[in-house]
Amino acid sequence: MSLGSDSSGGLLAAVREPFEGPNTMGNTPAFWLGLTAAVTLLAAMPVLFGYYAAEIGAVFLAYALLGVSLCFIWGYCGILSFGQVAFFGVAGYAFGIVAINVPTLTGLTLGLLAAVAVSTAFAAALGYFMFYGGVRDVYVTILTLVVALVLYTFLGQTAGGEWAIGDARLGGFNGMSGVPDLGVGIGSVGLEIGIVGHYYVTLGALVVTYLGLRALVNSQFGYAMVATREDERRTEMFGYDTTFIKFVVFTIGGAIAGLSGVLFTAQNNYIDPSVFGITAAALPVVWASVGGRTSLIGTIGAALAIQFVDYQLALSGSEWALVLIGSLLVFVILVMPEGVAPRLHEYVVEYRASPDPTPAETPAPGEVHGGDD
Amino acid sequence: MAGIELLNFGFEFVEVFAFIVLATVGLAVIFGMMGIINLAHGEFILVGAYATTFAFAAGLPLPLAMLTGVVITAVFGLVLERFIIRHLYGRLLDSMVVTWGISLVMIQLVRIAFGNSAPGVGIPFGQLPVVDGPVYYLVLATIAVGVLGGLYALFAWTDFGVRARATMQDEETARSMGVDTDRMYMATFGIGSGLAGFAGALYAPVMTITPEYGTGFLVEAFVAVVVGGSSVIVGTILASGFLGSVNAAFTNLAGTFMGQVAMLVAAIVAIRLMPDGITGLLADWRENRGESR
Repeated sequence: MSLGSDSSGGLLAAVREPFEGPNTMGNTPAFWLGLTAAVTLLAAMPVLFGYYAAEIGAVFLAYALLGVSLCFIWGYCGILSFGQVAFFGVAGYAFGIVAINVPTLTGLTLGLLAAVAVSTAFAAALGYFMFYGGVRDVYVTILTLVVALVLYTFLGQTAGGEWAIGDARLGGFNGMSGVPDLGVGIGSVGLEIGIVGHYYVTLGALVVTYLGLRALVNSQFGYAMVATREDERRTEMFGYDTTFIKFVVFTIGGAIAGLSGVLFTAQNNYIDPSVFGITAAALPVVWASVGGRTSLIGTIGAALAIQFVDYQLALSGSEWALVLIGSLLVFVILVMPEGVAPRLHEYVVEYRASPDPTPAETPAPGEVHGGDD
Repeated sequence: MAGIELLNFGFEFVEVFAFIVLATVGLAVIFGMMGIINLAHGEFILVGAYATTFAFAAGLPLPLAMLTGVVITAVFGLVLERFIIRHLYGRLLDSMVVTWGISLVMIQLVRIAFGNSAPGVGIPFGQLPVVDGPVYYLVLATIAVGVLGGLYALFAWTDFGVRARATMQDEETARSMGVDTDRMYMATFGIGSGLAGFAGALYAPVMTITPEYGTGFLVEAFVAVVVGGSSVIVGTILASGFLGSVNAAFTNLAGTFMGQVAMLVAAIVAIRLMPDGITGLLADWRENRGESR
C-alpha cells in the first residue's frame, strides 16, 4: 500500500521529505493521512461541540505544546528538565504584565513577543549557566526543578500592593487576574482574538511547532542532538560542540514552553503561582513519559488524553485524578519505559513486516531505525 | 548591643542548620548510596509527620509518637522499595520520574484520607530567655548533630557500613566478595526513609501539617544534596553549614524571605563553580595532591 502511493505522489513525497527521517516515527503516507484526519477533527471541535469545547480545548492544546517542549529536549537531546513550567509561567506572567498595562492591539502583540522573548532569554541564561558551568545529568534535573519551586515561593509572597508593575498586580497566591485575550495588530489595525479564534491560534501553533520540530530533529543539527543524547563524549570527540548543542536545544525548549504559557494565560485571563508548583511541574514529565519521550506526537496525544480525563474527573467532583495520573506514570515506567507511542509503533512495524517481508523494503529501514531511537 | 546581635545570628544559624541537616540526611543517604534522587522525599517526611501527630493525638507521649512516625515511614519506604524502586536500579532518570509519580499519588491520597489539616502538636520545652525563640530549636540542633554522628559511626565503624560503602563504590566487586548488594540497597533505602520520617516527626510541632507539608522541606533538601555532592555526611555538613550561614546572615539583615533568596542564589553560584558539589571538589583536590607528590 505504501509503495503504491509513494510512486504516485511524487509531489506529496517531496513535501513530506523535510519532515521525515530516522529520528521521527511515522514516515509513511498512512501516518500523514491519520495526522491530517486528527488535525481536521481537532479543528472541527468548536463547530461540533460549540463555544465551550473551544474554551476548554484551547487549554489542553496549550498544555500539549508545553509537553512538546519537554519531549524535544528530553527525548531528543537527553536533557531532563523538571522545570519547563518555569518558562511557561514566566512567559504567562510577562504577557499578563504587558497586556494589562497596554491593553491595546499593539500592546497585546508586544506582550506576546515580549513574553516569548523573556522566557527564551531566561532559558538561555539558565542553560548557559548550567551547560557551560559543567552541570550535568541529575544535577540539571534538580536545578531546573528548584528554579520552578523558587519562582513558586517568590510569586506566592507578592500579595502586597508594593508588588505591582504599573497596573498589573502580581497578587501572591491569589494570582494575577484580568489578563486580556490575545490580539494581533498595530494601532487600530488588527485582530482581537476571541475564544474560538484563540482555539484555532493554539491549534495552529501546536501544528506548526510539531512540523518545525520534526524538520529540525531530522536535520543535520537533529542528528547531532540525538548523538549527544546517545553518547556525549563520543560526539564531542567527533568534533561537535555538545555544550553548544545542549544550550541551543534547551533555549528552544524554553521558547516553546513560553509560547504555551502565553496561550494558556491569555485563554484563562488569569495566572497564579500554582503553575510553578510541584504538581504542575510534574505534568509535562507525565505526558512525555506516558506518551513516549522520543515521540512528539505521542506526547501530544498523552497530554490531550490525560488532561481530558483529568478535566472530566474534576467535573464529576472526583478527587482521584492526581492519584490516577501518578499511578499511570509509575505503571508506564515499570511496564513500558519507552512510553506508549514507541511501543505502538513497534507493533505496527512488526505487523507490517510479518505478512510479506520482501515488498516492504522502501519504508522499512527508516521505520525500524526510528523504533530504536 | 553587638552581643545580642551575635546571639541572634547564632540562634538563626543553629535553627537553619538543623532544618537543612534534618531535611537533607534522608535524601542524601539514598542519593549517596544509589545515585537516586528520591522525589517522594517530601512525602516520606509527610508520612512521618502524620504518623506522629495521629499517634500523639491518640495519647502517646511525644517521643514515643515520634518513634512511631520514624518506624512507620521506614516500613513504608521498605515496602515501596520492594514493590517499585527495586525494579529501577541502574535507571536513574526513570527512578526519579517514578518517585515523582509516587509523590503525586501520596499527596492526593493523604488529602482524600485526612482532609486539608491535621491535629496539631504543641511546641515542647517553652521559650528561650534572651533570644526570641523556643528552646525546642536548640534540641533540634542537638539531634541534628547526633544524627550526623550516628550516621558516621554506622558507615565508618560497623560491618554493615563497610558493606554498604563497598556496594556504593563498586557493586560488581562487592557482590563477588559476597556482599548481598540487593539487601544493602534495601537497607539503605529503609534508613533513608526512616530519616525522612524522623525529620517529619521532629518538625510536626513547629510547622502546620497539611498535605503539602513535605514540599516545605524539598527546596532545602534538594539544594543541600546538590551542593554537598555525593559524599553523604561530609557533604551534608558542609552544605548545611554554608547554606545555613548565608541564610542566617541575610535573615538577620533583611528578613526571612531575603534569607531564603540569598541562600538559593548562593546555592546556584556554588553549583556553577562546583558542578559535582563540595565533596566533588574536595575529591579533585585530594587527587591532584596525590598526583603532584
